Amino acid sequence: MNRHAIWAIYRVEMARTMRTLLQSVVSPVISTSLYFVVFGAAIGSRISEIGGVSYGAFIVPGLIMLSLLTQSISNASFGIYFPKFVGTIFELLSAPVSYLEIVTAYVGAAATKSVAIGLIILATASLFVPLHIEHPFWMLCFLVLTAVTFSLFGFIIGIWAQSFEQLQLVPLLIVTPLTFLGGSFYSIDMLPGIWRTITLFNPVVYLISGFRWSFFGTADVSLGVSLGMTLAFLFACIAVVGWIFKTGYRLRT
Amino acid sequence: MQPIISISGVSKTYASGFTALKEVNLDIRRGEIFALLGPNGAGKTTLISIVCGIVNRSGGTVTVDGHDIGTDYRAARSLIGLVPQELTVEAFETVRATLNFSRGLFGKPPNPELVDQILKDLSLWDKRDAKVTTLSGGMKRRVMIGKALAHEPQILFLDEPTAGVDVELRQDMWAMVRRLRESGVTIILTTHYIEEAEEMADRVGVINHGEIILVEDKTELMRKLGRKVMKLELRQKLDAIPAALSKYALELTGDGGALTYTYDNQSERPGVASLLRDLEAAGIQFRDLDTENSSLEEIFVNLVRHS
Repeated sequence: MNRHAIWAIYRVEMARTMRTLLQSVVSPVISTSLYFVVFGAAIGSRISEIGGVSYGAFIVPGLIMLSLLTQSISNASFGIYFPKFVGTIFELLSAPVSYLEIVTAYVGAAATKSVAIGLIILATASLFVPLHIEHPFWMLCFLVLTAVTFSLFGFIIGIWAQSFEQLQLVPLLIVTPLTFLGGSFYSIDMLPGIWRTITLFNPVVYLISGFRWSFFGTADVSLGVSLGMTLAFLFACIAVVGWIFKTGYRLRT
Repeated sequence: MQPIISISGVSKTYASGFTALKEVNLDIRRGEIFALLGPNGAGKTTLISIVCGIVNRSGGTVTVDGHDIGTDYRAARSLIGLVPQELTVEAFETVRATLNFSRGLFGKPPNPELVDQILKDLSLWDKRDAKVTTLSGGMKRRVMIGKALAHEPQILFLDEPTAGVDVELRQDMWAMVRRLRESGVTIILTTHYIEEAEEMADRVGVINHGEIILVEDKTELMRKLGRKVMKLELRQKLDAIPAALSKYALELTGDGGALTYTYDNQSERPGVASLLRDLEAAGIQFRDLDTENSSLEEIFVNLVRHS
């Protein structure tokens, strides 16, 4: 186990976060605050409670998930794409590090950062709405599990992407719509019949539902299904990363 | 003594179908400076990249100090430092941080004194806290060398280290290469500047079209393949070479105003002294005399052209 290498990569990635503090931490906090002002206060005051929870509080887990997903993906994808782009990847490939160590370092750093952002947003949200977390342990579980899973997903995108445009493509065209349609701002019970069924194919629904359950004890789908779907996506990502490293896909010619 | 790098039957065909290397066999001796010469696209960088683990080989085996680069990659790679041809550096890091990163990546615990010493040796000390992106091209090249040395490698690959480098850095670099060699580091370099190989290398390998066409001790190579040319400027023009001088296979050049005598260093052909005596006997007087050695560059060009 090359601990020094994991630590070296992890530190460089975290240093990048600190260098771009404004963009990587302040901006998600600001945009989330805007969501609160618009949806929570302005519109939310006209919406009745959902399942006994005020609308302002109801959207908190969804907003945290929204940031968690986009941040995990963009951190991890950029982290591995940038060395590919500038060419410094040669050093990583020539170093005595295993694939597991590379993934641990990059995904670990990306997940650390997005969990931190998630917690900052949670703290910010508590300034706007009174929050009570029913199951703090599960809340943290979902937070970490989702951060790791989507950082892995971002890592895959970063390896696959061959241009900055491709790097933005998946988050923009797939992840953002899935998150918005995954129940960040509403309960899927509020949807008409057919759309409700279609929504159940959206994996993000299970993340948000499970996460919301850990806050309020109520959910669109059961905890077991939420957890199962999250783990399934995690293992799918692990399998793809394993395949990438086994074949050297877009890393070693 | 066991070679420090042993390459046997290594081939590489890229996905595009291009064959960059065909069955390359090459042993690098411990502690030597080995110069790998070859025209652009000959396979130099591919060969280096395979040994360093950046490119997958299509066939063959490579061992580094007895460690197979596939099954025992950790041990093999931790011995190697690589300075690639392209200037690729972590732009937003400081110089010192990027050296520390390289050291960690190769599994070594932090050693600030050693990193400081490398920075001083490479005249980077004043720039240690500068962001890499603010440095000039030559300084970036120094940073890349520093990164390659940060984990105390036993083997150093320098791929075109002096391409686009000013005289001062080039001299610093060769001084450093000599110091490293004295401390026991094996150095493998590729270069376009054949005078450099001529000056620095203990052995020379020539690669062309993905094949090693020659590996030879440098002085041996110069002796074997080098030729000497003597040119005599005559006082009076000649119409033809006198029969008395026919055994020398002279050439009449410059409109009959000069004689050119080509001979090799092994001197199987009659020597210069007897030629001069015979010239005098034939009554041919000359105004000036000039001899020159063929350089490694000429040897190289001849080899590549005929391979």
